Formats: sequence, structure tokens, C-alpha cells
Amino acid sequence: MGWFTRKKENISKESKKSDLPDGLWQKCEDCGEIIYNKQLELNLWCCPKCNHHFRIGSKEYISFLFDEGTFKEIDKKMKSADPLEFVDTKKYSERIKSTIKKTGLNDAVKTGTGKINNKKVSFACMDFGFIGGSMGSVVGEKISRAIDVAYEEKIPMIIISQSGGARMMEGAYSLMQMAKTSARLARLADAKIPYISVLTDPTTGGVTASFAMLGDVIIAEPKALIGFAGPRVIKQTIGRDLPEGFQRSEFLLENGFIDFIVTRKQMKEKLSLLIDYLHNNHK
Amino acid sequence: MAKNVLDFEKPIIELENKIEEMRKHETMLDISKEIKTLEDKVLQLKESIYNNLTRWQRVQLARHPERPYTLDYIYMMTTDFIELHGDRNYKDDHAIVSGFAKLDNQKVMIIGHQKGRDTKTNLYRNFGMPNPEGYRKALRMMKLAEKFNVPVITMLDTPGAYPGLEAEQRGQAEAIARNLLEMSRLKVPIIVVIIGEGASGGALGIGVGDRILMLQNTWYSVISPESCSSILWRSWEYKEQAAEALKLTAEDLLEQKIIDRIIPEPLGGAHKDHQQMANTLKSVLLEELNNLLKIKPEKLISSRLEKFGKMGVFEE
Ligand SMILES: [Zn+2]
Repeated sequence: MGWFTRKKENISKESKKSDLPDGLWQKCEDCGEIIYNKQLELNLWCCPKCNHHFRIGSKEYISFLFDEGTFKEIDKKMKSADPLEFVDTKKYSERIKSTIKKTGLNDAVKTGTGKINNKKVSFACMDFGFIGGSMGSVVGEKISRAIDVAYEEKIPMIIISQSGGARMMEGAYSLMQMAKTSARLARLADAKIPYISVLTDPTTGGVTASFAMLGDVIIAEPKALIGFAGPRVIKQTIGRDLPEGFQRSEFLLENGFIDFIVTRKQMKEKLSLLIDYLHNNHK
Repeated sequence: MAKNVLDFEKPIIELENKIEEMRKHETMLDISKEIKTLEDKVLQLKESIYNNLTRWQRVQLARHPERPYTLDYIYMMTTDFIELHGDRNYKDDHAIVSGFAKLDNQKVMIIGHQKGRDTKTNLYRNFGMPNPEGYRKALRMMKLAEKFNVPVITMLDTPGAYPGLEAEQRGQAEAIARNLLEMSRLKVPIIVVIIGEGASGGALGIGVGDRILMLQNTWYSVISPESCSSILWRSWEYKEQAAEALKLTAEDLLEQKIIDRIIPEPLGGAHKDHQQMANTLKSVLLEELNNLLKIKPEKLISSRLEKFGKMGVFEE
């Protein structure tokens, strides 16, 4: 649930990441370098000076991972139905409507098939820009269907995760998406079809505690925040600041929970090579 | 007055105490009629209070410190319980208990969250909040049950998976995720019962099964009302509204088709009569098991996939 900030005394402030603002140039939040947007895009939204990975969405990942013109989106129109008629300080239905308008996305995940170095894969990529990349019924259903495509067509599954966790406004329905997607992955695993999980900043909560952590191979972008509980909750539990680098990709690598760290520039080639190693060996 | 009385229970307890007091004088005075009138009044009051609980009051009942916990049910419902410990990897998590037991003659593997009753036992049980080794212990027990063809019963009662530093370091998320995957393809029947609090991934981590049952006064959701309040309202003060918005009671979840059945509690809640609650639960479990044991493993697993596949509401 990391897209809200909560103030609490005695605890140092989070570094706050922002989505890409409009304008001609941007400032790297790590080293302060000023980078022109065009230059940033050519560098796959990584800082040319310090290699800080800017947070990007599904559209950007699709643009550099797939062979040109091969990505075909599925379930594009699926939208949340507000099953609980949830109201907090604002109606959930209004929140959905305004977020769709603001982002041009219908929910927090894009799914489809495409070719990576001429190898067809089923693909899902989350968008943090849509209510913190939170998983409700739409995200769970779209990811489940994408896994079904992998299962039926016997093609590898790749999911890029980027999420604050489950979507509170859909209550227990959100929680059950964790079980639903994991059950689909069990069936995929039984069929010996590879699933590669890519973790980006941030991947927390119910997404981490379901499909994100279930890859045959799990890889992560550098310095991505990855965990179950958010850092703020842990800080409150233990009553002190967290060690430097806690819950970052490098920490997970060191503790044995991811296979390797991949920079954006290497991502396509590494995925392609992994598919090569894992897929079609049972013929 | 008894300790641990919830606000809305007070009028009932006051009347009950008054009746108690009158009984002491019953031998000297003929007040049996008055007592009877008061007893009828208590019953009416109870029915009107307990049939009109708000969702937040339900949450309070689910957390009532005198409610039966997993081990209480095991002792009251089963015989020959043999507790098994440890995840064979790191340690034994005391927030989850597990072992073989017999429900009448039916062998079962029971796995459940375990809370403590006082400060000392709560610290020992970590308030029912498992670390990764708890989920791995649970998985080990499920695999053991599967290997020897024994059905599994899980009992959910947790305020959440423990959000600690070491828990993260040892892979809390991975441990829960692994259980979701493995439980969805376990070859023996799994019955899940929410006996108290079903808080988020920490509950679901042992909550995938063929039949999902909730005791009448329990809650199950993606987040606790307090945390939901603090995030969405940016204050801890809106827990009542959050509980309403989350629609987290047994009736709500039945309507949402997430659970299969509600198990009635004694009037006033499970804590009012442990043995009666255990008897009811036992007969429901035996009935459910009897049905599930007739189903072949492949069918069991495909139905489980389908069951969770249907959960969720969207437009397209
Ligand atoms: Zn930089």
C-alpha cells in the first residue's frame, strides 16, 4: 500500500519517488543530473551518469522488450466493477474513473503476447501509476488469463511486477487474487512451462506474496524496493530506522530470494537467454 | 463484573449479575416469577444486540480474548492429538501449531494460528503473527499429510504475518506465496475455517482449500480496519467506517461467494460456550470431510482451481 505517505514523528522521511513528469528534461533523484527526455528514452529511462532506473510503466517496458510490432494486448477493456461500493474519503468508483482519465490505462496491469528475439511469450506488466499498481479483481483476472494463454499455447510466461500490494477498496476480493493467480501458476508449473518473474520498484504486499515470488527464475532491476510489509510498517513495528539498503534488490540477492539483478539494458537479452535455457527441453 | 467485557455486552452482563444476585435470596423470598421475567428480558436483549451488531462490533467479538483458539478446539474436538514441530530449516514458529489428530475415527492434520491468553503466552505465540518459518512449517505438515493421504484442516486466527526485519530477511513474502501455490495443488482435501481474525496474506498463507468456512463472529479481509483507516483516512480514528467499507463479516463473505458456509456460534459468541462451539464445529467438519473424501484427487485439484478462479468482480 505504498502509494500513500503517512507522517510519523521520530522516524526519518522516506525518499519519495515521482512518476515521470511532463516537460523537456528531468532531474535524476539519485545524482541530480539533468537529463533531456529524449536522451532518457534512448537510455531506456536510466540515468546516463549513475544508472539510476527511473520508474516506468507497461508502455515503456513493451517498447524495448518486444520485437517491433509483435506485442498484442488482450483483455484491454476490462475494468473494475466496484463490488463493495467502497467509499473512504472518496468513492472508489470515482477514484477509478479519474485514474483512468489521468493515466489512459483501464487498470494496473497490461497483458498480451509478443515476441522476444522471435520467441513468443505471454506477458503481463503492472503500472504503478494506476492506484499504486494495486491488485484488485481486474489485475488478478488479467494475470490469470495471461497465465492461461501461456498454458494453452505452451509458451513461457513473463510478469513484470510493480505494485504497492493488494487493493484495499475491493476487500477480500483483492486478497483472493493472490490465491487465484498462484493456483494458475501451479498448473503452469505442473505443465513444465517456464515462468520468469521480473521485479521492479516497488514490489510489495500481496503481489510479492503471490505471483511475484513464484518464478522459476526471479530477477530484479537494481535497487528496487521488494518486500512483504512496507518499510514504514516495519519501522513502526521495530521502533527504529531500517538499515541502509534493506528490502532492496541487492539485499534480496544476498539473502537468496532472487536469482540476479538485471539492468534495463540487459533485460531483453537475459530474458531471451533464460527462455532458451528453460523452454522446449521436454520435446 | 467479569473482565474482558465489550461495551455492547455491558447491559447484558449487568442484567445477568442482577439475576445472580436475586438467586442468592431466592430461598428466603418467593421471587422466581421476577427472576423468570428478568431472564426473558436478558434473552430478548441478547437477541436484539447480537442480531444487530455492526461490522466493527463483529471485529471486536472475533478478537475477544476469551474466544477459543486452535489448541482449544483441538483439545475439545479431537482425540490422540500428537503435535509436530518445526520447519526443518530454521526453527519452530510458535504462532502456528500443527499435528495429527482424530475427529472421531477420522485421521486429520490440523494446522492453525495460535494466539496467547496473557502477556507471557502472547509473547511466546508472537500474538499469533507467524514469521516465514511458520508458513514453511505449515507447508511441511501439509506435504506430510499429502504423502500419507490424510486430509488437512486449517484454522485461521491472526492479526497478520509478522512485519519484522528478520521476517523480511528470511522471505515472508516467498513463504506465503509458496503456500498459496502448493495448497492449490495438494492432493488431499483441505478445509479452511476462520475461527477469529483473518487478516490479509498472513491468514491466506494457510487459507487455500476446498471448503472455506467462517464462524459467525469472525472477519476476513485484505487489511485490518485500523490499518485501512490509517492509510485511506490518514488517521486511526475511522476504524468503524473502514470495517463497514471493507464488508468483512461472515455474511458479507458468503454473499461475495468467497466462503462456502457460516458456522453458527452460541448466542453472544464462541467465548460464551467453548464446548458448544467445539461440538458444532466438529459436526460440521465431519460432514464436510465426509463429502470431500469421496472426491478423487485430480477432481479435487481442478475444482479448487476453478473455485478460486471465480473469485473477483469486473466489467469487460
Ligand atoms: Zn543519476
